[in-house]
Amino acid sequence: MATTPNKLTAAQKETRQGFVYLPLIAGWLVPGAGHFVLGKWVRGTLLAVSIISMFALGIAMQGKIYSGAHDILEMLGLVGDLGNGLLYVVARVLGLGADQVMVTTADYGRAFIVVAGLLNVIAAVDAHNIRTGRKA
Amino acid sequence: MFRPDHFTAVLLFALFASVVFGITQRDTPRRMVRFGIYCFVLFAGSAIVLSWLMFLIAR
Repeated sequence: MATTPNKLTAAQKETRQGFVYLPLIAGWLVPGAGHFVLGKWVRGTLLAVSIISMFALGIAMQGKIYSGAHDILEMLGLVGDLGNGLLYVVARVLGLGADQVMVTTADYGRAFIVVAGLLNVIAAVDAHNIRTGRKA
Repeated sequence: MFRPDHFTAVLLFALFASVVFGITQRDTPRRMVRFGIYCFVLFAGSAIVLSWLMFLIAR
């Protein structure tokens, strides 16, 4: 039997109050924070550990941090990097990563950093879906 | 500087991506774990199969 809008439980009503995009924005800025906002501590911790580890390993491999969009490939890489939210900002401010890919492992590192950003976007959207009730 | 070999990098990539896929693509904890393991096996397995294919093609 489908749940009607008038028969929401107290817990559902409580989670549906406030700014609806908060988990999405928090999850993008800090990996796992979107789930923490919703009280999903285990999921948030696992997501944070996975995404931050992936980003940190990418940096440790001297992966490239994209800073400009001179051609279409760099633009796509920059979009992926921006998915890391504040991690990207911190890496840029501290000058982490490499400007150019010089060794093979640096290319793995570049992929790790870009994919960490894309996974973070997926996690943030998941938090948004939980917030809006599309997912349990 | 961290310098993993290619297969170690594949396993690390598969592990982290599978955790995120498992959590975000399924609803219940049990199904999350099963889907995460499924993704990990597909990531690692496809890397091994493709590696052997490239090895045999290159001979």
